[in-house]
Amino acid sequence: MQGASRPLSPHLQIYRWQITMWLSSLHRITGLLLSLGALALAIWLIALASGPAAFADVQAVYGSALFKVPLIAWTFCLFLHLSNGVRHLFWDAGMGFDRSQIRTSGLVVVAVTLVATVAFALFAIV
Amino acid sequence: MSLVTPLNRVLGLGTAKGAAEHWWAQRLTAVALVPLALWFACSLATLPAFDYAAVAAWVQRPVTSILLILFVGAAAYHSFLGVQVVIEDYVGGKASRPAALMASAFAHTGLAVAAVFSILKIAFGS
Repeated sequence: MQGASRPLSPHLQIYRWQITMWLSSLHRITGLLLSLGALALAIWLIALASGPAAFADVQAVYGSALFKVPLIAWTFCLFLHLSNGVRHLFWDAGMGFDRSQIRTSGLVVVAVTLVATVAFALFAIV
Repeated sequence: MSLVTPLNRVLGLGTAKGAAEHWWAQRLTAVALVPLALWFACSLATLPAFDYAAVAAWVQRPVTSILLILFVGAAAYHSFLGVQVVIEDYVGGKASRPAALMASAFAHTGLAVAAVFSILKIAFGS
């Protein structure tokens, strides 16, 4: 590999961005953000187990107007990672590998994510 | 019989370090998390209030305690497996990669133990 100045695969800057690439990247990014969400959930549960005073302290942050931003972001991450994860499970079963099917299932993931995120945010967060 | 050369095995560069188990565990936790994550999101959305008494009463219900422990356990394990793949993709240093993998393992184990202990403490009384 020494001295190779030719473009190396997958040289992303040359590809036209497609829905498959967006969802693949977003699956990883949302997964990492959901790990932070798990940390927030653990802090919430520890505070609850520590008593009313500690829980009120944490809830002052988690229940604040500013905290609606990460809550909506985590809602988006959950629904995207969940629906795209189900798409991955179908691939694992050997289904849906045609180019048109992959595109359609990607669009379904985007639609489900947007509808579920907006519905959940309006019902439970905002 | 192994196809890895003796030199590569000594250098720790061979494959077959448990990829199949990793793959299976990631899918197993993914399938478990589909209903658990949806249950968790719907439960939070329909919680009547977020004061200490209301949340503690919810966690204390046996069905809630059991499902919460399953959710936190599956989520922590799934997150650990996913973060491991991300670290192996982007952190390549001879010292930084094992350090990052160890930090992730400690963080995920700590998170899971703390969350499960908190749930049990609330469930079995103050």
